[in-house]
Amino acid sequence: MATGITSRARWLGPALIGLVVVLAIASLAIGPARLPPWLAAKALVFDEGSASVIVREIRLPRTLLALLIGGTLGLSGAALQGLLRNPLADVTVFGAPQAAALGAVLTLYFGWAGALSLALPAAAILGALLSIALVVWVAGRDAGTVVLVLAGLAIGSLAGAATSLAISLSPNPFAVTEIVFWLLGSLEDRSMVHVALAAPFLIAAMAALLMVRTGLQALSLGEEAAESLGVDVQRVRLMTVGASAVGVGAAVAVAGAIGFIGLVAPHLVRPLVGHDPARALIPAGLAGAALLLAADCAVRLIPSAAEVKIGVLTALLGIPVFLWIIARRRAEIADAPA
Amino acid sequence: MTAALLEVSGLSVHLRAREVLSEIDLSFAQGEMTVVIGPNGAGKTTLMRALAGLVAPARGVVRLQGQNVRAMERMARGRALAYLPQNGSIAWPLPVRDVVALGRLPHGASPGSLDDRGREAVAAAIAAVGLRGLEDRPATQLSGGERARALLARALATEAPILIADEPVAALDPRHQLLILDVLRTRARDGLVVAVMHDLALAARFAHRMVLLHGHRVAAAGPPQEVLTAAHLAAAFGIEATVAYREGGLEVAIRRALQL
Repeated sequence: MATGITSRARWLGPALIGLVVVLAIASLAIGPARLPPWLAAKALVFDEGSASVIVREIRLPRTLLALLIGGTLGLSGAALQGLLRNPLADVTVFGAPQAAALGAVLTLYFGWAGALSLALPAAAILGALLSIALVVWVAGRDAGTVVLVLAGLAIGSLAGAATSLAISLSPNPFAVTEIVFWLLGSLEDRSMVHVALAAPFLIAAMAALLMVRTGLQALSLGEEAAESLGVDVQRVRLMTVGASAVGVGAAVAVAGAIGFIGLVAPHLVRPLVGHDPARALIPAGLAGAALLLAADCAVRLIPSAAEVKIGVLTALLGIPVFLWIIARRRAEIADAPA
Repeated sequence: MTAALLEVSGLSVHLRAREVLSEIDLSFAQGEMTVVIGPNGAGKTTLMRALAGLVAPARGVVRLQGQNVRAMERMARGRALAYLPQNGSIAWPLPVRDVVALGRLPHGASPGSLDDRGREAVAAAIAAVGLRGLEDRPATQLSGGERARALLARALATEAPILIADEPVAALDPRHQLLILDVLRTRARDGLVVAVMHDLALAARFAHRMVLLHGHRVAAAGPPQEVLTAAHLAAAFGIEATVAYREGGLEVAIRRALQL
């Protein structure tokens, strides 16, 4: 019997939830004004004077955003990998954060919206949708690694260049700061307004991604076999692409481009759930939340004049994982048709 | 004649504006194993996909117990008809047991949530293809032949009365070819099996009925002795072959390729 995998899968959920809770409390406690973790947790619920102000108004929005964005990115990475049957599939590899950032920047550039209006996430979602749909379309049915990576690289680079162009043409004297924010990603100075703006989209995206579980499981056998098992493959594809775009678009609208969470999180949990694409979804979401919370704590602890951007840190951690996966799939890539 | 469980009438299929199947009329009766043969590009795979309801016909219809297979509810179709694609692959290193358990999806169960009936079906399917003892092995570590058998077990685990299999024994060694064809023929007893094969001698030995596709049409259909004639094989495959009855069975010996 597969008792090894089953018993590991049983403790994996509670263990990840425990880890997320610990990291969330750490995230409330860490900052310029150091609070002991127990006081941070207490200040969240009871009135503890200035500690409560710091925890509730400065750190809680940041913690909630890290939790929701990390969870969504982890889930969407796992779902896209299941859809395309490829462990390198992820919104970052598809250039979606850059495309979402372009959507957001264009909205601001043309003065269609302020930084806290719904037009901003809508434009970011549209940008993400275009990039993910384009990569899924270009990659085709059984997405080869080479095509996936090249298509994503092209779209990400194009969106990045267009964003830089829009910002450099902008009369805004703070343009450089904005480039840094949109292309590098940050959870600094976020408020509950940002949480309210992004949370409905992030939660809806996660719920939709969980609805395609069975379809992703069946897709392990390829599209035709999945279809013959009663799965509406077209619906699974639309929901996965659409929900991932909504998730990453909303995330970028409030936090800029934060990459590689969706690539790394599923890899950490997949061996623990017997590589089942459906059973990997929730653990990948929890692992994504834990990773982003940990990264957000780390940027506050790294001694530097200004806070290190969280998108830089996740890229520094994610790119070696990306290279490691490519190295492991070298044989397949070398055999790929030109 | 037994009532047809699966029936094809006036079926034409176009792929990228090219006609791949033209005016196909066939019927498959309960209890029979039908082997479809034909040269490369004759439309065998397209016919299998059309039987499984996976391609939209340009004209004509495939009926499963009188119902248009394309109009059936997906899960109901999945329970009535199992389809085994050619060169099936398994994307993740799933344990063999979980791969086979995917066959229970049309019953509303998944590898993590099998009921007793599902567990029995999975165990029986694994035993039928001779993979007992390899249940926990990651599917990506199986040999080509073992993987083909695991995928066949997945199709068997659906317990669908109709099994459509595209080259189910192509990757197998001779012993496993014989064992698996025995499994398929046994399976046909309670429903029907339609399988594509290239080995004419094996096909002759196991098929109740055969269908020869050539030039996107049915060139011959019927009992093996009517389909496997020297004239049909010369016209469809461009080969010279001798066909003879020996000890109650049909023996096909391929002599040479004809100069076309």
